[in-house]
Amino acid sequence: MNIITIISTWIIPCMVMLVLVTATLKRLPTYELFVEGGKEGVKMAVSLLPFLLGMIVSIAIFRSSGALDALIGLLQPVLATVGIPSDIAPLAFTRPISGTAALAITAELIKVHGPESFIGRLASTMQGSTDTTFYIITVYFGAVGIHKMGDALKVGLLADIIGIITSIIVVSIVFLQ
Amino acid sequence: MVNYIWAGMAITGVIYAMINGTMDQVNKAIFSSASDAVTLSIGLISVLVFWLGLMRVAEKANILSGLSKVCKPFISKLFPDIPKDHPAMGYILSNFIANLFGLGNAATPMGIKAMKEMKSLSNSDVASRSMITFLVINTSSLTLVPTTVIAIRMQYNSQAPTEIVATTIIATFITTITAILIDRLFYWRRVRNHKK
Repeated sequence: MNIITIISTWIIPCMVMLVLVTATLKRLPTYELFVEGGKEGVKMAVSLLPFLLGMIVSIAIFRSSGALDALIGLLQPVLATVGIPSDIAPLAFTRPISGTAALAITAELIKVHGPESFIGRLASTMQGSTDTTFYIITVYFGAVGIHKMGDALKVGLLADIIGIITSIIVVSIVFLQ
Repeated sequence: MVNYIWAGMAITGVIYAMINGTMDQVNKAIFSSASDAVTLSIGLISVLVFWLGLMRVAEKANILSGLSKVCKPFISKLFPDIPKDHPAMGYILSNFIANLFGLGNAATPMGIKAMKEMKSLSNSDVASRSMITFLVINTSSLTLVPTTVIAIRMQYNSQAPTEIVATTIIATFITTITAILIDRLFYWRRVRNHKK
């Protein structure tokens, strides 16, 4: 674990050094190249803004009205029959839609149930093993101007469902003696 | 599909607010979330400029193409329609590596760059096969060390904050493999429907 933490902190500065040493040895104009590439980043962030804003506002309307909670409440009994604990349902639903909201729910679950509880471990695993599908699709397709997404959203959401089920199974097997 | 989901969430939200009297919260949420989105996008400028700048240097120094040569056999199996020496391979690989080490802020710029390269290959506004595969792998997450989760657990006095690392890796691994298989399944279905 310690080694992994050290690698995580060392990797970026070392990468910067490696890239600059290689480029300097090849006599490339490093600073000019950096600025030239960086300009693209400004354009990219600005062009991303409407995509992100539209998606975030729509999600905010859905959440703040209470419709999301109502939907989760409606589905909780159904999920319980399939073996998905009702405490975890809000996280399972929010994880693909909003990264910050999911993180808040995870923190709340860990706080209420304790980090060493089944729910606490499950929330931790679920938070780490799936990603915010809506954000990734919005940003990546938005940045390059893809309008027809094909099966991307369907496959992405299916993968999220599998991620949730897998987390429940893995945590059950590993932590329940 | 994304149009329906996008409009659907907003419409359902407003109708629900009409019935349940939460219009006040919705009204506030529209403008506070819009301002959050601007903050998020502006915040992205710093990482985008830094990484795209550094990546331009790496690209000109032939580091990216060298990197993609090393991992050619593995990556080209996943993305059969990308030519083997294409720069897209280098960016895809950098994105995967950044994700594995939990460097979220480095992963996004490299992922966008990879998408740009893939778009230059397909040259249309329809998502190509490799774009979908790439996105699915990203949405199923590639984290090895969930640093944020560990930090939260420590905050709530966990006796073993890192005990969930193993379960996270196992769950991520199974999910990613299944996601790739589902992606292949959908691809075959598309090909078959196209032939009919």
